[in-house]
Amino acid sequence: MSGPPGILVDMADQAKFEEMTREYMPALYSHALRLTRNPADAEDLVQETYLRAYRAFPNYREGGTLRAWLYRIATNAYINMYRAKQRRPDERDLDGMEEWALHGAIGGLEAAAAARTAEVEALDAMPDDAVKQALEDLPEVFRQTVLLADVEGFSYREIAEITEVPIGTVMSRLHRGRRKLEEALFDLAVERGLVPTKEPAGA
Amino acid sequence: MDCYEIREQLYAYLDGETTVWRRRAVARHLEECPPCLEGYTLKVTVRRVVAQRCQDPLPADLESRISALLAAEAAD
Repeated sequence: MSGPPGILVDMADQAKFEEMTREYMPALYSHALRLTRNPADAEDLVQETYLRAYRAFPNYREGGTLRAWLYRIATNAYINMYRAKQRRPDERDLDGMEEWALHGAIGGLEAAAAARTAEVEALDAMPDDAVKQALEDLPEVFRQTVLLADVEGFSYREIAEITEVPIGTVMSRLHRGRRKLEEALFDLAVERGLVPTKEPAGA
Repeated sequence: MDCYEIREQLYAYLDGETTVWRRRAVARHLEECPPCLEGYTLKVTVRRVVAQRCQDPLPADLESRISALLAAEAAD
């Protein structure tokens, strides 16, 4: 369509689109950074996300939230742009691994209380870069799901829509991803001398 | 539910994605079981730390660059 009326409609759409989506940009950028682990790629991913969202905006219906809609676009853009090779997520069985949170439950109540307080303090003392590192070290599918749940606060159903997998898969990835994250945080905390190492009871 | 079953439910409980029955059963168990309560506290802490520490400053001109990109798109 050409001529002044067509141009006016396009500009109004852009202003409205930007007004509605601007507030999500910082969080989308952080999300992109955790996924790509590279600031230049993260910027490209955010640009691509907004471009695709703008193109699809006429089709946006107020069904789910705008935020979930944007993250779905970002997720698909990420897959198209950066998931160069299809890797299977880390499928190792994690059930046999000692879970940090319940070390003490096996070893005795007092030891548990002391260990737990030290662990909570260690977590609070973790610097930002260590927390980001622990997240970025997670295998990709776990990382993506944990980010959407724990950083962005999406519901299981929203995550299922954003990542286009069944809810059961979301729950499984979350469960395993968070356990891996707890271990990674623990390992980093030990590495940085934030928590005293003890032999886990029964190890 | 015993401690191991509770442990499996803790994240769903934390996420608010569990049935009313389960929520009450978990809450009751946490009241009575210090190790599980502290395991739960740890999970809450991990979640809070992750949510709060994963902020990054937005690159200064990213917003204006995107604006320019969209304007070029609209002009096509």
